[in-house]
Amino acid sequence: MAVYCATLIVHSIQPGLLASLAKAPTLSSSNPHRLPSNVVREDEHLLVTAAKAGDTAAFEELVNRYERKIFRLTMNITRNHEDAEDAMQDAFMKAYSHLDRFHEESRFYTWLVRIAANEALMRLRKRRPNQFSLDEPIESEDDFVPQQIEDWGPSPEQRFAQTEMRDILRGVIEELPPDFRVVFLLRDVEGLSTEETAETVGISEAAVKSRLLRGRLKLRQKLDRHFRQDGKH
Amino acid sequence: MNCAGVIRRVSSYIDGDLEATIIEEIELHLKTCRDCTVLVQQTKLTVNLYYDSDLVDYPVEVQARLHQTLRRKICKDQN
Repeated sequence: MAVYCATLIVHSIQPGLLASLAKAPTLSSSNPHRLPSNVVREDEHLLVTAAKAGDTAAFEELVNRYERKIFRLTMNITRNHEDAEDAMQDAFMKAYSHLDRFHEESRFYTWLVRIAANEALMRLRKRRPNQFSLDEPIESEDDFVPQQIEDWGPSPEQRFAQTEMRDILRGVIEELPPDFRVVFLLRDVEGLSTEETAETVGISEAAVKSRLLRGRLKLRQKLDRHFRQDGKH
Repeated sequence: MNCAGVIRRVSSYIDGDLEATIIEEIELHLKTCRDCTVLVQQTKLTVNLYYDSDLVDYPVEVQARLHQTLRRKICKDQN
């Protein structure tokens, strides 16, 4: 962290705000430890209000809190390291520049996810123009009906080591076509609503539901190769 | 309701995004169909396994470049 801006440190912190927050690493910190990723921190509103008023330390805290998750999103969408990093950087830059346009009708994180998803989608469409469409994929009855349903047995989470499970989940989602993957990521990994996902991707809510159904079924089918107890892969 | 009808609605069923009468029809079917019951359970588990899952490494150099870029922008905007 070589580059510093003195004004960033000295003039920006509102007395009392950061003291009221849980101790957390900041942009200035070398501590890479992450906050629990699924915790909706109640102080988010305070941080956003302060950041909008020009408190850069509050914005830093928001960056520290969400950067890992935003990189996960851009990486999962683009499947390209360079694009993912660029999309993440641009997303945070835009969030900083356009904070005044955020009227807190949603969580800050949701707003940020939508910006980052747009940045990532733009790059995905540019790199692979024929692999992500706004049109509804053609469905046939056969797509929905699994050939065979086998039991996965008691809790696959306990049968596989954490790293092995992570590899399985990662490998399987990479095989999902981008149309389904993006909707699944926004709805089921990031927790956006159907409406928010539809607005972000630029498709109808009906299309989101349809892609989500097919995405979930395809993932289940692919996981079946790993989890079924009869050992047939 | 038959198996195809359940499969077509499994996603909305998991999300609780169906009318009560349809839910009743699905659950009536599930009482007698082992395959659909397993499919619903596995689809739910699939969703749960992925929720907020940490599948991507976040390299320290990527983090450092982001912080550096943001700092430059903030400093530029402030000066």
